[in-house]
Amino acid sequence: MADLAHQNVTGAHPGETRRDFLILTATAIGGVGVAAAIWPFIGSLNPARDTLALSTTEVDLAPVQVGQRLTVAWRGKPVFIDHRTPEEIKTAGNVNVSDLRDPQPDSARVKKPEWLVIIGVCTHLGCIPLGQKTGDDRGPYGGWFCPCHGSIYDTSGRIRQGPAPLNLAVPPYEFTGDTTIKIG
Amino acid sequence: MADTRPGAASRVIRWIDHRLPFVAMLQHELYEYPTPRNLSYWWNFGSLAGIMLVVMIVTGIFLAMQYTPHAEYAFDSVERIMRDVDYGWMLRYAHMNGASMFFAIVYIHLFRGLYYGSYKQPRELLWILGVIILILMIMTAFMGYVLPWGQMSYWAATVITNLFSAIPVIGQTIVTFLWGGFTVGNPTLNRFYALHYLLPFIIVAVVLLHLIALHRFGSNNPLGIDMKGPQDTLPFHPYFTIKDLFGLVVFLMVYSFFVFYAPNFLGSTENYIPANPMQTPNHIVPEWYLLPYYAILRSVPNKLLGVILAFGSIFLLFLVPWLDTSPVRSARFRPIYKWVFWLLVIDVIALGWVGFNPPEGLVVTVGQVATLYYFVHFLILFPLLGKLERPRPLPLSISSAVLQDGGAQLGRAGAPMANP
Repeated sequence: MADLAHQNVTGAHPGETRRDFLILTATAIGGVGVAAAIWPFIGSLNPARDTLALSTTEVDLAPVQVGQRLTVAWRGKPVFIDHRTPEEIKTAGNVNVSDLRDPQPDSARVKKPEWLVIIGVCTHLGCIPLGQKTGDDRGPYGGWFCPCHGSIYDTSGRIRQGPAPLNLAVPPYEFTGDTTIKIG
Repeated sequence: MADTRPGAASRVIRWIDHRLPFVAMLQHELYEYPTPRNLSYWWNFGSLAGIMLVVMIVTGIFLAMQYTPHAEYAFDSVERIMRDVDYGWMLRYAHMNGASMFFAIVYIHLFRGLYYGSYKQPRELLWILGVIILILMIMTAFMGYVLPWGQMSYWAATVITNLFSAIPVIGQTIVTFLWGGFTVGNPTLNRFYALHYLLPFIIVAVVLLHLIALHRFGSNNPLGIDMKGPQDTLPFHPYFTIKDLFGLVVFLMVYSFFVFYAPNFLGSTENYIPANPMQTPNHIVPEWYLLPYYAILRSVPNKLLGVILAFGSIFLLFLVPWLDTSPVRSARFRPIYKWVFWLLVIDVIALGWVGFNPPEGLVVTVGQVATLYYFVHFLILFPLLGKLERPRPLPLSISSAVLQDGGAQLGRAGAPMANP
């Protein structure tokens, strides 16, 4: 208790300001120094330059027949390329967009209607949906079916049933020729 | 000292402290801890060594996240760290040069102990734990040096493991066992990596024992006499926390100079060539901090004896508390040892020079003389000096020697500051 009283007296004493100021500034500068030292450690955990260098993939679409689906790797993830049939394009276009969980018209998801390019990672918890191989369960909408928790996607890769919140994502890509695309 | 800060935080701390006296322990060991008031800057190197140990562990863990311990990929993964990983070059240079800094600090710390007799009764175990730390550091540094799998890594691993082949009869069996194969290879690299990750944490444990032993009797001091009361001491905080921090800032400037301006000055360029088991480099040298032992090894023309003396030069340090027969700790009061001490410093530097240069002509002679002197110093001069030397009279107390008025009025300065 004697100590407590003593502290109150010295704490209020004007002579303490100089020491307080020194401690405060020294601590602040030291804090900045420590933060600066931590920065490179955290920074080293970012994707390294060789990892980032893998971030574009070029694909030749010429051998892909109508109705055929192709899987390519981009940044280590599967990208689904679907050479859609005219019927599939038609069903994808004939949907009432406002009824969808993640409303998007088919036209906003393709650059050329016959080529659907989407990231084949279910937006629920990251599994790869079935539907790329012949004989796979494509689900009632003729698109993709995720075996993990039963999410069902249509021929535009939009979520129609199941727990996934969003449509299968469209990666950034561009046509570099009539039948070649560059993803990323 | 009871925690008297008001408020809820203090009540929580008191609740915990009553059950787990951790804060009270810190308060006792890092705040009030009575420290000789006359410690010089030579006493900064203990805390610096502790900080370097932490720096090495932290940089090491982040490097381990990027490194591949496989003979086929190790070298490339290190180059990837240098070129592709964000700040990877900095982490690796900090780790690489950190090893050199760590050894430099520990050697200064060790020689300070030798000069001021810090190993003498009652600090023998404190000293022995220090020597154990040094041996663990050498093992860790050696195994770490193998990991980049460059030419020097590979051939250092070959040469050092082959030291054990000097053991009669079972030597070659032991070496094959160490390698996990018939040459240094992928199994060797894998086990070295595992051990290189493990040993630093064992060092941490031994450092804790070192600190427990230190705090039992407190630091030695430049006068080498015991603290006799509060007039001889200052509380650790703020006096020595600030002094240690100041020393740290000066040290970080030296360390940063190497990391940022001369990162490869202390290493061998040969290690940037990938390991080639079919070709030994023309001139093999260990890192500078191992050169004296290497020089001793090379100076002895007999394989087994060379190995024994090289290991013996370190293990000899365990006996120092008993080899030194002088009752006086500090060299300040030992008119002959004061000079003989520097002969050992010169001797070790000479051994370093010998280890660095190819063994031809003068180098061989100097190496043999310096090796001989090293053992003479500890085994003959240490016991002899204690008997022959007439120490100068010791001061009555630390305060009477270092304070103008003999500390008569300054006893109160030994009490902790109320509000530092």
